[in-house]
Amino acid sequence: MFLFRLLLKNAFRHKLRTLLTMVGLVVAVCAFGLLRTIVDAWYAGAEASSSTRLVVRNATSLTVPLPLAYAQRLRAVDGVTGLSWSNWFGGIYITERNFFPQFAVDPPSYLALYPEFVVSDDERVAWLRDRKGVLVGRNLADKFGWKVGDQIALRGTIYPGTWSFTLRGIYDGADPGVDQGQLLMHWAYINETMRLRAGRRADQVGVFIVGIRDPNNAAVISQRIDAQFKNSLAETLTETEKAFQLGFVAMSEAILVALQAVSFIIVIIIMAVMANTMTMTARERLAEYATLKALGFPPAFVVRLLFGESLLIALAGGLAGLLLTLPLASAFAGFAGTLFPVFRVSASTMALQLGAAVLVGVVAAAWPAWKMSRIDIVAGLRHVA
Amino acid sequence: MAQAVSQALNEPPLIRIRELTKVYQRGAQDIPVLLGIDLDVQGGEFVALMGPSGSGKSTLLNLIAGIDKPTSGRIEIGSVDIASLSEGQLADWRAEHVGFIFQFYNLMPVLTAFENVELPLLLTRLSPRERRERVAQMLALVSLADRADHYPNELSGGQQQRVAIARALVTDPTLIVADEPTGDLDRHTGEEVLSLLEQLVTQMGKTIVMVTHDPKAAARARRMVHLEKGVLVDEVAA
Repeated sequence: MFLFRLLLKNAFRHKLRTLLTMVGLVVAVCAFGLLRTIVDAWYAGAEASSSTRLVVRNATSLTVPLPLAYAQRLRAVDGVTGLSWSNWFGGIYITERNFFPQFAVDPPSYLALYPEFVVSDDERVAWLRDRKGVLVGRNLADKFGWKVGDQIALRGTIYPGTWSFTLRGIYDGADPGVDQGQLLMHWAYINETMRLRAGRRADQVGVFIVGIRDPNNAAVISQRIDAQFKNSLAETLTETEKAFQLGFVAMSEAILVALQAVSFIIVIIIMAVMANTMTMTARERLAEYATLKALGFPPAFVVRLLFGESLLIALAGGLAGLLLTLPLASAFAGFAGTLFPVFRVSASTMALQLGAAVLVGVVAAAWPAWKMSRIDIVAGLRHVA
Repeated sequence: MAQAVSQALNEPPLIRIRELTKVYQRGAQDIPVLLGIDLDVQGGEFVALMGPSGSGKSTLLNLIAGIDKPTSGRIEIGSVDIASLSEGQLADWRAEHVGFIFQFYNLMPVLTAFENVELPLLLTRLSPRERRERVAQMLALVSLADRADHYPNELSGGQQQRVAIARALVTDPTLIVADEPTGDLDRHTGEEVLSLLEQLVTQMGKTIVMVTHDPKAAARARRMVHLEKGVLVDEVAA
């Protein structure tokens, strides 16, 4: 108790200095947490992906479609338990700033493969019945204030023209990691329209989604599928959903590496700032530490004082930074809109933030503690005179 | 009092110093500070170490207090040759046997007078309650019971030195070392502090070794030891 009181009093001996150091820590821990959360958000799709789903795409490029006719042959592949498909729609809602993912899907088979999209029975039936109906995620509906029954007009970019849909259902995520920012429409409706407008673009599929029972067989089944279409006009490339999502992440890998590097550099900078503060503090108290040692306190006591004070400041700043991260992340998510389908500060990020604060406290105190534990008492006492 | 001292003189000395040398090294250069000191101090004595600057009196005090190590020679305090103790053993020994009074008081500025006096007791096995009682006794002894909650910067120089004296006494040490205890005080306050030190010797039987430049302060001691250029040149019994 005495020691804690001493630590507390020492920590706030120079209030302005301590306050500024803590502000620095708050900013650093907060920035560290936000940057980690942005990186996490980038990987959210991959994290939320299922290990029992494979994605089959054209081996040439994702932009080159596959014929719908592959569906029958895919169903026949040994180990395949379910099949659906989707096309990237890429429409614009009012302005290009309102970007959100839109997919033309085969509703019954798609919902069967994505049980994490939770939708009420009534709305499910309503959507399945209405070929011009759409199902949207809760976050997306909240963002634009959509209600079931609303009309949503999208200006097509890949599929030209203005497309008018009726909102028939809103899905929730089975867990917070599920992307609730998508809009799903009937593939058949888009396909029929395209057959009338540009016949050769009909019956084309962006990707097939394949359901499998055992994730351990993913590699074998992928090979079987790709072997089926070897030497055909549209060869396939099959990979797990996670690998497929990570392929998108890899396109931005340089940015992510930079963000991660910046997040660590911020911690290193505050570490240097705090180490400087603690060194200054220790130097000012040289005579006090010498006095303590003269009175019989062992060097370990001086070490405890410095580490304790450093950790107290670091933890206070770190905790405040962590608490500030939550509302800031929430505000950032609102600002970023649907750019990040899932944007939440994870438990591991919070643990990392606190860990970073502790690390800063420990590293900052290490040098002055070592130095002060070894001070010559006589020289230290002379410091006062 | 005289009887007590003569009785003590028949007993083995509390401090027994033999052939004590201290040589500092500055780069490749050796700087001898103490050159073969022999000195005995009886328990219950009040000894003043005097001498010009650089005579080695502070170094001798530091060696007696166990905060510095001699180059050669023996320093026996009680039955312990402190020159042979390790750093850790010396720290334990100081905590148990030595009370320090410094010229600039060396109080912890963030602690109250009470907490400053309590500080050395953290190294003992006393319970918090026993600590509180002991500190209250010591503050009463130095007439500062009413200033227990004051911080050093709220006390005068003399009051701060009295807090330091209470801190030096609180563990009931064998030996009290005082380095220019009146050096930072005005004459009147210095007299008060010296009276208090005298009281510790006469009423509590404490042994005090004090370094001072001030002949009037030294005159309050029972014995004056003069050093010059690292050797004892004169001893005067008051």
